[in-house]
Amino acid sequence: MYEKDGEKYFVVDAHTHFWDASPDNWVKGQEEYAKGWIECFHAYQGLGPKETHWPIDRFQKYSEELMMHDLFEVGHVDTAIFQPTNLRQWYKNGFNTTEADAALAAKHPGKFLVNTTFDPREGDEGLKALEERVKRYGCKGVKLYTAEWRGDSRGWSLKDPEAAKYLEKCEELGVKNIHIHKGPTIWPLDKDAFDVSDVDHVATDFQGLNFIVEHVGLPRIEDFCFMATQERNVYAGLAVVVGGLMHARPKFFAKVMGELMFWLGEDKLIFGADYAIWEPKWQVEGFVDWNMPADEELSDFPPLTVDQKKKILGLNAARLYDIDVPAELRLKDPESVEPVGVPNS
Amino acid sequence: MTTLVLGARAAVWAALGTVRDPELDEPLTDLGFVARCEVDDDGHAVIRLRLPTYFCAPNFAFLMVADAYDAVAGVPGLTGLDIRLDDHFASDVINRGVAARQGFVASFEGEAVDELDTLRYDFVRKAVLAGTDRVCRSLGRDPRSLTLGDVPPSPDLDRLRARRRELGLPAEDGDPLLLDPATGTTPADAKRYLAFARLTRTSMEANSGVCRGMLRARYSLTEDEEGTG
Repeated sequence: MYEKDGEKYFVVDAHTHFWDASPDNWVKGQEEYAKGWIECFHAYQGLGPKETHWPIDRFQKYSEELMMHDLFEVGHVDTAIFQPTNLRQWYKNGFNTTEADAALAAKHPGKFLVNTTFDPREGDEGLKALEERVKRYGCKGVKLYTAEWRGDSRGWSLKDPEAAKYLEKCEELGVKNIHIHKGPTIWPLDKDAFDVSDVDHVATDFQGLNFIVEHVGLPRIEDFCFMATQERNVYAGLAVVVGGLMHARPKFFAKVMGELMFWLGEDKLIFGADYAIWEPKWQVEGFVDWNMPADEELSDFPPLTVDQKKKILGLNAARLYDIDVPAELRLKDPESVEPVGVPNS
Repeated sequence: MTTLVLGARAAVWAALGTVRDPELDEPLTDLGFVARCEVDDDGHAVIRLRLPTYFCAPNFAFLMVADAYDAVAGVPGLTGLDIRLDDHFASDVINRGVAARQGFVASFEGEAVDELDTLRYDFVRKAVLAGTDRVCRSLGRDPRSLTLGDVPPSPDLDRLRARRRELGLPAEDGDPLLLDPATGTTPADAKRYLAFARLTRTSMEANSGVCRGMLRARYSLTEDEEGTG
């Protein structure tokens, strides 16, 4: 919970990791990729305030104590959601696995929700394993990495028929929140695995599922927004938007927030700090203090209300994940305003 | 260094200034992607390019290195050209492919199925949208019935015309200011079209912001050092 100016905010960090990218965990022969990956993440941290930058050795592998401190002792987070990324091709025990997340969550009851992941290239065996993980860890969501390398394959698409089987299984198991990494393009070659068109496809087909597009499709927010206005079950995951822009590029942050509010509206934006790329403390405090600057270029966008910020920082995610919000932290008047979008006139 | 050599370096720098990051629609020289640009007394040019992350998409990277090669190779008087992308996971493949004048598919044998024309086309289409917002926003009047000739001259207008020409779209004074780059027709719903143009511009500029910030963090640059090569 975060309190400022007499207002209380229930904070859900919907995008956190507990990873091990230390050299001991690098697969032999794949060191270049394992090292390049974590250094790439580390460079992103450079977009946050200088006093929050970590040295690379701490960033490669951080302790449980540090994570608990950064999120819950000083970071204002009430509930954190783990989003695993396996990357077993490069990291021996995986980079950030469901199992590692679940082990940590088990030691701190009530603090974490554990999401898992799937990869349709694993066929029927993977389907079975998914079901086991969901039942064992009580997962209500999955995090998908469509660009993950696997043998000769440089990624997969949600449009693949195999992916549909997994999404059907998710529906059956009550795993209704499908987080998809659609962020800054990294590896895929001409087959662009971070293109958002495959989300469009499955959002239409799977109306019972929520599709949270992490990093709002950056660097293609326009494709994402246009798609999201057509699909009522598509949400914007704000990891990278807040962490990567609010401090480093405040004007663009304002524009991006303005556009997201304009096209998607206050009920579709989901905060995530993306720990340990960025710590939640400065993001939560900064976002509560932030508002649309008075600037001619931003005149299309209204300021954010306190209620809108409460929704974005936690109440929207709480709704998707059925997280119980203490009465004093709920909105007094839960009426929501329809997103503006652009009327067809 | 002689004046001649200084002149050659300036000519090479200017040539690099015509090469754009296809997605951001900004010159490599402004983005800080040129780490080194030298021409020795014998007219041999050495150019090193760099990108914001180790994993920047290899398709964009390939386009930029190949375009830089073509642009600099056209500078008169050069006797040799050594152009390379540094610190990228696909540096070797890209550098070899560009030096051998191979296409993208041949360079990434078995990993790529298409040349990059479609990708480039998509980005130019977006550049037209973003450019339309830039021009219309400073106009202060309803752009719906205006032509390009109604807009006061500006670098933004020149840039918009250039991008429209790249797509084969009309770009003369009498041609309409609002034009859907995908269809080449006047948009039916101008309000929606302009909102999308604004969004496209926001997207490109936000990306450019992220890229610049990442490059700064990666190479410990100050803001002033960006774009100095």
